[in-house]
Amino acid sequence: MASLDRVKVLVLGDSGVGKSSLVHLLCQNQVLGNPSWTVGCSVDVRLHDYKEGTPEEKTYYIELWDVGGSVGSASSVKSTRAVFYNSVNGIILVHDLTNKKSSQNLYRWSLEALNRDLVPTGVLVTNGDYDREQFADNQIPLLVIGTKLDQIHETKRHEVLTRTAFLAEDFNAEEINLDCTNLRCLAAGSSNAVKLSRFFDKVIEKRYFLREGNQIPGFPDRKRFGGGPLKSLHYD
Amino acid sequence: MSFLIDSSIMITSQILFFGFGWLFFMRQLFKDYEVRQYVVQVIFSVTFAFSCTMFELIIFEILKVLNSSSRYFHWKMNLCVILLILVFMVPFYIGYFIVSNIRLLHKQRLLFSCLLWLTFMYFFWKLGDPFPILSPKHGILSIEQLISRVGVIGVTLMALLSGFGAVNCPYTYMSYFLRNVTDADILALERRLLQTMDMIISKKKRMAMTRRTMFQKGEVHNKPSGFWGMIKSVTTSIPGSEMPDLTLIQQEVDALEELSRQLFLETADLYATKERIEYSKTFKGKYFNFLGYFFSIYCVWKIFMATINIVFDRVGKTDPVTRGIEITVNYLGIQFDVKFWSQHISFILVGIIIVTSIRGLLITLTKFFYAISSSKSSNVIVLLLAQIMGMYFVSSVLLIRMSMPLEYRTIITEVLGELQFNFYHRWFDVIFLVSALSSILFLYLAHKQAPEKHMAP
Repeated sequence: MASLDRVKVLVLGDSGVGKSSLVHLLCQNQVLGNPSWTVGCSVDVRLHDYKEGTPEEKTYYIELWDVGGSVGSASSVKSTRAVFYNSVNGIILVHDLTNKKSSQNLYRWSLEALNRDLVPTGVLVTNGDYDREQFADNQIPLLVIGTKLDQIHETKRHEVLTRTAFLAEDFNAEEINLDCTNLRCLAAGSSNAVKLSRFFDKVIEKRYFLREGNQIPGFPDRKRFGGGPLKSLHYD
Repeated sequence: MSFLIDSSIMITSQILFFGFGWLFFMRQLFKDYEVRQYVVQVIFSVTFAFSCTMFELIIFEILKVLNSSSRYFHWKMNLCVILLILVFMVPFYIGYFIVSNIRLLHKQRLLFSCLLWLTFMYFFWKLGDPFPILSPKHGILSIEQLISRVGVIGVTLMALLSGFGAVNCPYTYMSYFLRNVTDADILALERRLLQTMDMIISKKKRMAMTRRTMFQKGEVHNKPSGFWGMIKSVTTSIPGSEMPDLTLIQQEVDALEELSRQLFLETADLYATKERIEYSKTFKGKYFNFLGYFFSIYCVWKIFMATINIVFDRVGKTDPVTRGIEITVNYLGIQFDVKFWSQHISFILVGIIIVTSIRGLLITLTKFFYAISSSKSSNVIVLLLAQIMGMYFVSSVLLIRMSMPLEYRTIITEVLGELQFNFYHRWFDVIFLVSALSSILFLYLAHKQAPEKHMAP
């Protein structure tokens, strides 16, 4: 059982957006009955079949690290959180569709997690402003998930979804919008499930298959191929 | 004519205070949340504006700005509005937002919030019975009745905060109390935390694999339906392979998760202590350290004075300004124009008291808000804070009367009616003493308990 390979994916977002419900849904295929505040970090594991349906199918463990807290926490809490950001293979950014601030805070969350390796003291050197340049040479796959879709009224849906599309584009990531209390959102075969599966495949590829020959960071061409399964440009 | 000018000055200053309260709300309190109900922001800013106006009127009283009769009028009007807000509006909205959060009662929100408000009024009224705060000649719904009760609550709050603040301030400023934390301690704790996370992960992997195997092999046509089905599927053992008991593993995981939470909190604590140690080595840190010694002496003196006041049953008759002037004139032999200086010194003293108490309260409220609010309860908590703030400021006016020379006290006495002011001061002393002593006890216990946990032997 421990013989399967593993990848580590962080689940980040503001307090109260629904990260714990989401992780529970992804790993246990059940709706979380009594969500409560996450103190520190809670982990759960999902089994994922890489390249499902092909002869190269292989099962991996995906560890989902759900880190609690807010971007405005004291610096001592941020330094403590930083210990969870080591050797991360993928990041899921969660925001609440009914709360614009949680979407804006995603920039700060991603900076906090990605800068971890650059600045060992754990202190953020940026002023928190979003800078596309920093995401240009980002190697870690990102996925943006918007929760509480059921609480958005029909009439406002279009405007909210346009806004989140821009957000996902900024991160160069796919986006999924769902309701964590509804099992059918991630039913097998739905477009959400397909996007999720593609994201996990990408994370696994980056971790296990693309290490030979991709030592140049920030190569601009690769950005254009983000979002879908990587074409096999870099296989031997 | 002069009344109109005075009123326009008052209204302009009120609008300024309102704007400040609005900005404070947006920039500080609600900076991580989205304001969806603007009524909350309006109520908060209005409470803040009218509370600050009261302080402004005190200052005007000392400096003799504006016409005396228009001052009196504005005092009365301000007081009525503030009482209206604190007793009627804010509690009603608190009830309304609490009820809105509960899904069951969503349909009849108004009805239930009215019920909640009536319950609040009942307890609010009952509050006045055990205290000798009023002479019984007043009617039911007079200003004196309301103010006396608001005063009791506010004075209790002030004394609690003041007692805790007086003890906590030297404790945080002085580096004598800082525990010695090294980088090695932090690293050791972090390693334990990560090890615990790894253990949790490996157990969860086992559970996930077990569930998948059971799903694939045995139970495909026998989906666990209902209560008994689930129990059966968990404990069914398939011959030929050892299927670990899932419930047992789940219990181990729960225990480990609790441990990981504890370790996380302890690590955050160590980081915070380390930062404070670094800070205490800087100039500012050393300055605050020195201040801390000063404040600890002040705190001990205050506790001593409160005890004396209670034991010897005395309430100070003269205010510090007149006392100070008396001492300088009589004992130090310095002669100066008493009337002129007493006005200016009272102004400065009262001004300092007002500014520091407003600033201290806003900072405390902000910290409190960050600590306990979440996206669901933020509205309710902000309204509670507005209520506390209003009551605090009203009772500050009550107590500040003692710090002012006699000629300035008259307006407050006139406006607030016949309250037993001495009772409030006595009550303040009692609660201050209780709060300070229990804070000392509490901090002592917390301080003793912490180092044993994670210092390397």
